[in-house]
Amino acid sequence: MKVAILGLGSVGRGVISVLARKDLGIVVTGIADSRSGVMDPAGIDLAAVLTRKAETGRCGEPDILGEDIVKNGDYDVLVEVTPTDIVTGEPALTSIRTALSRGKHVVTSNKGPLALQYTELMRLAEENGVHMRYEATVCGAIPIIQTLQHGLAGNKVHAVYGVLNGTCNYILTRMADEGLTYDQALAEAREMGYAEADPTSDVKGIDTALKLVILANTIWKNGVTLGDVDCTGIDLLTAEALTLAESQNCTIRLIGEVVPERDLLRVSPCILPKKHPLVVRDTLNAVTVVTDMAGAITQVGKGAGSVETASAVIGDLLFIRDCHVRGD
Amino acid sequence: MKIEVKDAPGQLVASLKPISEAGGNVIAVIHEWDPTLRPKTRIVHVVLDLPDDRIDGLVESLTSKGVSILRMGEERLLMKRSVIMIGHLMHTDISDTVDRIDCTGFAEVVEMHMTMPGIAQRSSALLTISATNRAHMETAMEILRSVAKQKELLLVEPMEESI
Ligand SMILES: NC(=O)c1ccc[n+]([C@@H]2O[C@H](COP(=O)([O-])OP(=O)(O)OC[C@H]3O[C@@H](n4cnc5c(N)ncnc54)[C@H](OP(=O)(O)O)[C@@H]3O)[C@@H](O)[C@H]2O)c1
Repeated sequence: MKVAILGLGSVGRGVISVLARKDLGIVVTGIADSRSGVMDPAGIDLAAVLTRKAETGRCGEPDILGEDIVKNGDYDVLVEVTPTDIVTGEPALTSIRTALSRGKHVVTSNKGPLALQYTELMRLAEENGVHMRYEATVCGAIPIIQTLQHGLAGNKVHAVYGVLNGTCNYILTRMADEGLTYDQALAEAREMGYAEADPTSDVKGIDTALKLVILANTIWKNGVTLGDVDCTGIDLLTAEALTLAESQNCTIRLIGEVVPERDLLRVSPCILPKKHPLVVRDTLNAVTVVTDMAGAITQVGKGAGSVETASAVIGDLLFIRDCHVRGD
Repeated sequence: MKIEVKDAPGQLVASLKPISEAGGNVIAVIHEWDPTLRPKTRIVHVVLDLPDDRIDGLVESLTSKGVSILRMGEERLLMKRSVIMIGHLMHTDISDTVDRIDCTGFAEVVEMHMTMPGIAQRSSALLTISATNRAHMETAMEILRSVAKQKELLLVEPMEESI
């Protein structure tokens, strides 16, 4: 199976290093970052690309662009792992549309295009008889999309609740453990590399809301978008609020909830008993699915990280290979 | 709630056990003697304080122990819920905020802890609200949400899992 990869940041490098290390029968024929690219229908030397990227900041030649690879490359699956743009979804949205229209499968970790155009992209994939998979967009390494689409097939999903943002969870854990103020805990999260220079999307709950939108569309195909989410972040929480929660043997977590039967699509800091299964520590994520047959199922795991996210991307790739491409 | 137990030694205790196991607090036990009742059966009136989300579990475990529940007056069930409010609580008249719940007649703020780190800084308060039933609690929460919005306070509620 031939794969083209757009984006060589944390996730892209994770995917490539795993593909270089494990013999999964996947041949990479195209790779691009923001300023360069490589193409080789016979298969690219992945170790060499990683070294070149580390040494020069570029993976290939400046005259090869990501869009050339998408349009003209020889691949079965496009792996789209460029930065998230929640306003336009670009450049990912155009790349994904182009690949699907060419009859190529797509695997992405990018929330932007799916949160904005879930219905359109799924329809496009279906029209072209290909898969559009996105396990890595929600809860990193946790196979929540697989669980919903396959593991719980036939169930009626009543609700999904979760801690979907590791940055916020780290901040809240530190505020509760050490009595830090929000600003102190955020500064610490930055130092540890858990928070970006601009943490707005994380701490205002927008990142969690995007993931909720993707989950809601996956389950109910209801076409909801970011604007439908009632969203409150953690940036106004005080150290005292955490202490007050503690006095009740509780703590505070940023929870995303989707309960269509109650018309609920909400991100908000919530009070939870400390022994509640969603009260996970540090950067962990946790998600509970409530269904008619299975009852409640909670999964806990790493929501981000290079190889952890690559795990989700590779899982999608192998799913596509096993379902479709093998034997072609 | 009113429960019916058989008049055998240890029966009452056996029927009260699931209540404490469910985390409930027995407030009063009133025996009722009813001559029309079939022999060896007694009606016991139990007043208890139990978190709302555990009621279903309690009913199940009582029934499985052969205790029949004659009636469960929801109005007798004292519901409590604690929320946290953050913001300029004093400037925005905390006693008015509390009044808006108390004046409903069916819900009241029964406990409040407030911490004020400094004059200009936002304060935080834990409010425990008590209501006579779930619907009233929900109404009280709606009032609190709208007050919080109007006064620009952050309201942190317990996560509700019931569907
Ligand atoms: N990091 C995680 O743990 C994680 C977890 C789940 C989901 N995600 C999502 O996965 C995506 C990638 O995340 P990341 O952490 O790997 O991001 P990142 O470290 O910022 O890397 C982004 C990569 O995309 C490249 N790029 C930017 N514009 C491009 C374009 N037009 N064409 C081709 N490549 C382009 C960048 O090139 P340069 O190298 O030249 O700058 C960089 O290599 C994001 O959408 C993110 O939200 C990340």
